[in-house]
Amino acid sequence: MKEKLVLIGNGMAGVRTLEELLKLAPEKYDITVFGDEPYGNYNRIMLSPVLAGEKTIDEIMINDMQWYDDNNITLHAGKKVTKIDRVKRQVIAEDGTVEPYDRLLLATGSRPFMLPVPGADLPGVISFRDIKDVDTMLATSKSHKKAVVIGGGLLGLEAANGLMIQGMDVTVVHISDILMNMQLDKQASDLMIEELKAKGLNFLMNHATESLSGDGRVEKIHFKDGSEVEADLVVMAVGIRPNIELAQSAGIHCERGIVVDDTMQTFDPTIYSVGECVQHRNQTFGLVAPLFEQAKVCANHLAKMGIARYISSVTSTKLKVTGIDLFSAGDFNGDDETEDLVFKDAARHVYKKLVIKNDKLIGAVLYGDTVDGTWYFQLLRDGTDVSDIREKMLFGQHHLGDSGHGAANSTDNLPDDAEICGCNGVCKGDITKAIAEHSLFTLDEVKAHTKASASCGSCTGLVEQILASALGTDFNDTPSKKALCGCTDLSHDEVKNAIKTQELKSIPDLFTALDWKNPDGCHSCRPALNYYMLSTWPNEYVDDPQSRFINERAHANIQKDGTYSVVPRIWGGVTNPNELRAIADISDKYNVPTVKITGGQRIDLLGVKKDDLPKMWADLSEAGFVSGHAYGKSLRTVKTCVGSEWCRFGTQDSTGLGIKTEKMTWGSWTPHKFKIAVSGCPRNCAEATIKDFGIVCVDSGYELHVGGNGGIKVRATDFLCKVATEEEALEYCAAFMQLYREEGHYLERTAPWIERVGLKHVQALVVEDEANRKLLAERFYDSQKNAQNDPWAEHAAKYKENYIPIKQVS
Amino acid sequence: MSWTEIGPLADIPSKGSRVLETPDGDVAIFRTAGDDVFALYDQCPHKKGPLSQGIVYDKRVACPLHNWVIDMESGEATGPDKGCTRTFETKVENGVVYISL
Repeated sequence: MKEKLVLIGNGMAGVRTLEELLKLAPEKYDITVFGDEPYGNYNRIMLSPVLAGEKTIDEIMINDMQWYDDNNITLHAGKKVTKIDRVKRQVIAEDGTVEPYDRLLLATGSRPFMLPVPGADLPGVISFRDIKDVDTMLATSKSHKKAVVIGGGLLGLEAANGLMIQGMDVTVVHISDILMNMQLDKQASDLMIEELKAKGLNFLMNHATESLSGDGRVEKIHFKDGSEVEADLVVMAVGIRPNIELAQSAGIHCERGIVVDDTMQTFDPTIYSVGECVQHRNQTFGLVAPLFEQAKVCANHLAKMGIARYISSVTSTKLKVTGIDLFSAGDFNGDDETEDLVFKDAARHVYKKLVIKNDKLIGAVLYGDTVDGTWYFQLLRDGTDVSDIREKMLFGQHHLGDSGHGAANSTDNLPDDAEICGCNGVCKGDITKAIAEHSLFTLDEVKAHTKASASCGSCTGLVEQILASALGTDFNDTPSKKALCGCTDLSHDEVKNAIKTQELKSIPDLFTALDWKNPDGCHSCRPALNYYMLSTWPNEYVDDPQSRFINERAHANIQKDGTYSVVPRIWGGVTNPNELRAIADISDKYNVPTVKITGGQRIDLLGVKKDDLPKMWADLSEAGFVSGHAYGKSLRTVKTCVGSEWCRFGTQDSTGLGIKTEKMTWGSWTPHKFKIAVSGCPRNCAEATIKDFGIVCVDSGYELHVGGNGGIKVRATDFLCKVATEEEALEYCAAFMQLYREEGHYLERTAPWIERVGLKHVQALVVEDEANRKLLAERFYDSQKNAQNDPWAEHAAKYKENYIPIKQVS
Repeated sequence: MSWTEIGPLADIPSKGSRVLETPDGDVAIFRTAGDDVFALYDQCPHKKGPLSQGIVYDKRVACPLHNWVIDMESGEATGPDKGCTRTFETKVENGVVYISL
């Protein structure tokens, strides 16, 4: 016999929990759902577009009646539960329906707070919470003229906007002088009032309601200052309160909400609760994203997997109210010890404020242009030292480097066929369509369904904007902590830390110790873990080829047709006729269809069949070549110019130093690819200032530059320091690479790593602290002892069978 | 059902794969961590990437070209992606792998 699960509350949080549960354990429970409203499960935050006439009720259904049938769920729609009998384990509805339960899930949500003033019970005074309220508003707009919305928060403004679109004359009454004071500061609020006034809304700020009056129906609102205003319809949107009456009547411990622990369990172990009705660690909830996280955790425990914990976290909110983009995060009001960076362009309706304390970003408000919200939130969350980017950061991430991919800062005015994701050819229309069709709420869901921002990620900000627009007033929260992958809730740093402190020395050990959700991990985490193991235990860890992407497993780059490309190492880009002759002969021997000079001063042999790889490598080894690691998250090339040996401007032997640098660093594994260049003079012909580590020779020594990138987003390097000798340049290079190896997240290039930790941090550990620099360099040299074996020679000699078919059948 | 011998299970790396060449194209022979053996036509339904070169976990393989994840039992793409690769029956007897082509 299956256990019985009863859900009270047919709203977004409760039904989302069922969806998550059905994914994990589809056969575990007989499920019954009670809902007050006579509908399936609909998207409550889409009521505003319904009011505004942009959507119909059908369009905002998430799960229609058919879904309940398909999943064998009994739905009692329109039946209110009046009693929970915890002794007999059953719930009783208004009409006498009795359902027994083994597990009960309370998702009773919240109810609007109605001001307890005289006249609040008059006809024509309503809240803005459900389909019934919307119906009332739509009906009233046809017969009456004057509407007053009490409450200038998110919900109140949406109601006011909708009623105005329906033709009513609308006034918003707000108790303070700042609209949406949970999300905006005074300046942004003033801009908003101005913009909404221009659209036709009226505002009564600093007005406290004393009473409502009318003869058989509301007619007037009276304020504490003695003034009054006429009203045919009053919408109260002054806040919500967790709906806990039912839980309280059953003796379940409640304070402001139903108190739950980190597993979403109430004080009765058979009863769980999620959504706006809960109180978790003294906090209650009103945004969608945390509710969905709770749903995930709760489903995990209902499925008796028992490994998830809900940790509520600092979040940012990105939303769109009445067509205006808003973003806020952290402490955006600041205090005596904070400094504000402010940008205001009233004509363009753009306002940005960043609040900084001790060189760190602690809060942000963006009005009108929110494309950089995600970036600011990252800086805030990571506690990055922003003193170096302070001059430019207000203008956005685009302005840090020289340029970036795409220039659009707002998606609103783009047509549906505008390409948003250049990697995967995804247009704006594809994204909005997928969001509507599949009821998507998060960036990850949009990525999975459309592939937009799933490759290089440079369009993430735009995709988030489209999501915010499409969801109307929905909140698009960026989680405060990013999990390494779907197999765990731990972040990269937490996993790295565990590897070190718990001395985890193999991937299976780590899976056990850290409760990995999938026994083999997945294609995202395994390569990351293999790298972390390798970089943490360079002398002990046994590399796991099956946890490497094919390129690193086959020591060549897979091409679109399944053939490979082979790039021999050409030290510092310097070669000679014998080497070139050997490459030419080998290319002939294996019928290499394309021979191409690469951007990193080497030669790429493309279109090689997998079975030919070991044979070709044997020939290349014999000619003196080693692997160029063009396939690896590792040192790629050291690009050089000819320097003082030939060039009339050269100040130092850049070619020689480049070769020495490459000899020192080749074979090292890094979080992402790593490129080096050495230029012989400030004319910088080797383009050292867009490399991960760049050396620019000057007459008096060597300027060292770090964190450059010529890829997705061009970023010029930061100047690390200047040194006098080649030996120092090499030592700094080793120390810098080692710091990146130890601190970078897998697949994070040096540019985003430095932006995350701050240049100051890198300088402190590599430049200012000489002893630490030497230790870093020492650890680098130590790990290089095991890394500098040519994998090509090794595989050609020992692992040929990996490259050939197991058998041919005819 | 006629079975064709492929070779010893030990010749296929755990959580890895080897290719069987047939006149109708390559077939990828996978071995999971639990020593289950699966065979799929060696082409991803997306852009024909060689699935034999992908990362294997659980009963799934991630295509090396664009990370579509294919369920090895059904040959179906997982998640929101749609597409299917042909599967073949396999068996292991006395440590030797056989396929029904």
